Amino acid sequence: MSMGSSLCPAFSTFTKHSPLVFNRNVHAYPFLRNCNCIARGYSQKTVDSNVSVSEAPTRPHSEILRIRESLLSREKTAVEIAEDYLSRLKERETKIKSFLYVSEHALQEAEQLDKMVAAKSPLGPLAGVPFGIKDNLCTLDMPSTGGSKILEGYRPPFDATCVRKMKEAGALAIGKTNLDEFGMGSSTENSAFQVTSNPWDLSKVPGGSSGGSAACVAARQCTCSLGSDTGGSIRQPASFCGVVGLKPSYGRVSRYGLMAFASSLDVVGCFGTSVMDTAILLEVISGQDSLDATSSLLQVPSYSSLLPSIGSLETKPLDGLRIGLIKETVVDGVDSGVVSAIFKAADHLQVLGAKIQEVSLLSFSLGLPAYYILACSEASSNLARYDGIRYGNRAPADDLVSMYGNSRSQGFGQEVKRRILMGTYALSAGYYDAFYKKAQQVRTIVQTDFKNALKDCDLLISPAAPTAAYSIGEKTNDPLAMYAGDLMTVNVNLAGLPALVVPCGFTAGEGQKLPVGLQFIAAAFDEERMLRAGHIFEQTIGDLCFVPPLL
Amino acid sequence: MGELPLCQRMLLSLPSSFRVSHSYWRSQRPLPLLSLHLLRNPSLTSASPFSLLGYCHLSSLNAAPGVRRSKFRAHVATDEVRSTVSMDTLLPQFEAVIGIETHVQLSTDTKAFCSCPSQYGAEPNSNICPICMGLPGCLPVLNAKVVEYAVKLGLALGAKINLDSKFDRKQYFYADLPKGYQISQFDIPIASNGSIELDLPVELGGGHRRFGITRIHMEEDAGKLVHAGGDRLSGSPYSQVDLNRAGVPLLEVVSEPDMRTGLEAAEYAAELQRLVRYLGISNGNMQEGSMRCDVNVSVRKKGDEKFGTKVEIKNMNSFSAMQRAIDFEISRQVSLHGEGQASKIVQETRLWEEGSQRTITMRLKEGLADYRYFPEPDLPNVVIEKAFVDEMCSSLPELPNEKRRRYEGMGLSMQDVLILANDYDISRFFDEVLTAGADLKLAANWIMGDIAAYLKNEKMTVNDVNLTPEALAELILMIQNGTISGKIGKEVLVDLLREGGSAKSIVEAKGLLQISDPLTIAAMVDKVLAENPKQVEEYKSGKKKLQGFFGGQLMKASGGKINPTLMNKILLEKLNGN
Repeated sequence: MSMGSSLCPAFSTFTKHSPLVFNRNVHAYPFLRNCNCIARGYSQKTVDSNVSVSEAPTRPHSEILRIRESLLSREKTAVEIAEDYLSRLKERETKIKSFLYVSEHALQEAEQLDKMVAAKSPLGPLAGVPFGIKDNLCTLDMPSTGGSKILEGYRPPFDATCVRKMKEAGALAIGKTNLDEFGMGSSTENSAFQVTSNPWDLSKVPGGSSGGSAACVAARQCTCSLGSDTGGSIRQPASFCGVVGLKPSYGRVSRYGLMAFASSLDVVGCFGTSVMDTAILLEVISGQDSLDATSSLLQVPSYSSLLPSIGSLETKPLDGLRIGLIKETVVDGVDSGVVSAIFKAADHLQVLGAKIQEVSLLSFSLGLPAYYILACSEASSNLARYDGIRYGNRAPADDLVSMYGNSRSQGFGQEVKRRILMGTYALSAGYYDAFYKKAQQVRTIVQTDFKNALKDCDLLISPAAPTAAYSIGEKTNDPLAMYAGDLMTVNVNLAGLPALVVPCGFTAGEGQKLPVGLQFIAAAFDEERMLRAGHIFEQTIGDLCFVPPLL
Repeated sequence: MGELPLCQRMLLSLPSSFRVSHSYWRSQRPLPLLSLHLLRNPSLTSASPFSLLGYCHLSSLNAAPGVRRSKFRAHVATDEVRSTVSMDTLLPQFEAVIGIETHVQLSTDTKAFCSCPSQYGAEPNSNICPICMGLPGCLPVLNAKVVEYAVKLGLALGAKINLDSKFDRKQYFYADLPKGYQISQFDIPIASNGSIELDLPVELGGGHRRFGITRIHMEEDAGKLVHAGGDRLSGSPYSQVDLNRAGVPLLEVVSEPDMRTGLEAAEYAAELQRLVRYLGISNGNMQEGSMRCDVNVSVRKKGDEKFGTKVEIKNMNSFSAMQRAIDFEISRQVSLHGEGQASKIVQETRLWEEGSQRTITMRLKEGLADYRYFPEPDLPNVVIEKAFVDEMCSSLPELPNEKRRRYEGMGLSMQDVLILANDYDISRFFDEVLTAGADLKLAANWIMGDIAAYLKNEKMTVNDVNLTPEALAELILMIQNGTISGKIGKEVLVDLLREGGSAKSIVEAKGLLQISDPLTIAAMVDKVLAENPKQVEEYKSGKKKLQGFFGGQLMKASGGKINPTLMNKILLEKLNGN
């Protein structure tokens, strides 16, 4: 099997899989126990014919499990896998520009892995999996700029916790991906270094701020990637690029090593080409971290082992699941192509047995302004450390105040400056009560509304963005239009809930059809339910192939 | 610019980048400093070992919000002579109102939000990590000891402990503040509404006082700027940053404006120092900056309700400096009132200059600084269980004021009470000597006298010597019952302080037991009288003073061991009897 075939996976490849060989690590990563069941179930073609699901050859499979299979069966070496990805990465990079930096060590690390395979040493659950890292996550052996000039060439002395966990699980860090400067933006056009293209249509934005991480997975430049989500920065680009994007509950994944944008909203999450892959990643990167006081002590469930194999599915696998479609997200003003894709998805969920009802979140429209006040307020504080004193770029000046001024005005981009100014304003004496405090009150209302809605429903669904990917440059001069694009996602951050975006359909653009993502929202720390529904949805959605045809 | 990883860069530049300079707080020893990524004068760069780093000098370093430098000088200095003439009549007409904000550096092993050691005096920038340097992506995690210490001090000050408090960010730009904000507590401090009770020194009039404590809150310290070429910013060509202190935990204790004199303020600070030392939460050392007092002083006409314009004074590194600074400031303000120049009292921060013994303007405050406080999102609320507070409460030692009241009740004079209760270790030692059965007054006298002198001489604390409370009690008893003389007792004490052991064993080993047998003494007297017939003759002819001479001879002959009372009795009998 060539890695190229993975672009539109052939169903038959699964039948080749031998059962996984378990090792000592299996206790640390119990999700692997069930993994081969999926493969087997698939090949046994036992899906009940009553399920109105076509057994399309396009059904997404787990790239991570495939790599593991290849390594363990000696079908491929880690070096071969890495070379495959690297050559594809380089070839497509000229068009996509999703990476700010490509690792020089990936092949050496792959060689090490091959030695371990040869020695039959235990392999981590992500052994040989090449992954991209959003450049606002600190990495020890690669520069970490946050997409900002002020940190150009900056090399942190440590790995972010999520990166460390990925490496410990055997994954190969393949490079740092492009983003809007410090995560501030929705199109990745605010990067100080380059503009990333959408692999579905190079004239379109990949979304943002984790645009590089979404585009590189969509373009199959790597298997999966890490991103961060403050107001939709994983989910909106996942939707634009047709990949699966997972935003965990606030506190599920350590933020240590994530360059803070808005500390109370920021979460680290991941991208993959299947729900299974994001579930495996989530399990690896989750957990309490003594370096992040806001990380949760809650036990990390074995997310991937909770995902059912298709073979074991009942007639109505989502029977009894109460799903609320958020009314305010499918109203006028939302792209009609997006709305119809979401309705179709809802129909499909109904076919799978779920009970779909419309839910109204009265505070829905309040979230966006509240979000921008809170996020900017926190950002104005979090970005104060970029002062040119200890690290990063310093602009020369004759005195301290001018040095601060020059370094920051030359180092930060326009959008970052705009947000620092707005945040500083909102926190200033005399304005605090009218802005920051009021926004906190709105946040509480949004949280309560979600809580109530999630009492009546097990999950909520909505689009991940009001439109599909738009053209590069289309909104760069209209910040408010850009902010409005975050309408579907910011409330989830305000409430700290987990959300999953799964590709569900397409809109017809001017030429190229563009993917649309369906957002599942669950109660805090109820990722399992969301992943299960997303997985079943994805595996049964039918004849849709979410691989960009341009590639 | 292409940068090395930060930690690596620091290691690389460490040996070459030491500079000898005096610390801001006039520390006695020269402090080598690391130029981190530094601010410096262009003229120095060519010769500087830091040439790979940028530069910039700090001619307008005073960038804290709402603040600017001023050339304004103390007014009173020029008018000192003139104003002192009328001061005697002016001063009684005015009343000073004094409030104090004290920063107490906690003696935790590690910093408030990271695991760096927090000890004082380490090589510059050696106790730092990505977290206290404020590197991108780093997060604070609260050291539980800080909460423990805060609760202890809160309880000791009789304050209300807030079971649910939170941290906030206090934001301003300064070169010693790595994150651009200080993690502090703003509207919900960990403790509030307490008070402190103290006894003024007897020699200065005495009296008991109770001052209100507004609040106690937890926060982190900033780093330290060291200005090249001296200890002041002005005139310094460049400054260096030492981040060892950045992130060291502090408790800020804010008093009510209850003090009226420099003495009261100094005694307030001394009592607070005593308290934190009793609690073992800080060494309270003002010279090292472990305890720093910012004093707000205003004056008003006696009987006035309204406060005058307050002036903040900083940079006092002893209690006596505090007292002098405040008294100077009161005089300055009162004399301005006396000259009808009250409007020249402006809201400002003034520095105490030890050299010239006066306060000078450091910076004027233009309205209130806007620190844009908001809740620290990286830290969850500080939620304390009541059981934890109860546990802390029961673990509190006897506090200075309780101790003083107890000693007073036992019948000690207030002067003795203040000396004995001043130091926690001394008072503990004293208590243990009493427990071992020693007489109250004798124990107090030995401790305040010979032992205190010895400790002072040897620059030791009572914990450093080998004398045990039991041995001292035994020694006191042996003197009391005549086993040894007081003079021998002093010698034995020195042995005990140096070597330890029991008083009895030393007395026995050295054969120092007092000679109290009348027959032995009589024989010794006979011998001395026989050896000095001339003096005996003179005595008998009326020169009674010679009794002292015989006594001296007897003491000498016995090596000081002869019981003086018995000796004198027998000597007189022999001299007068014949």
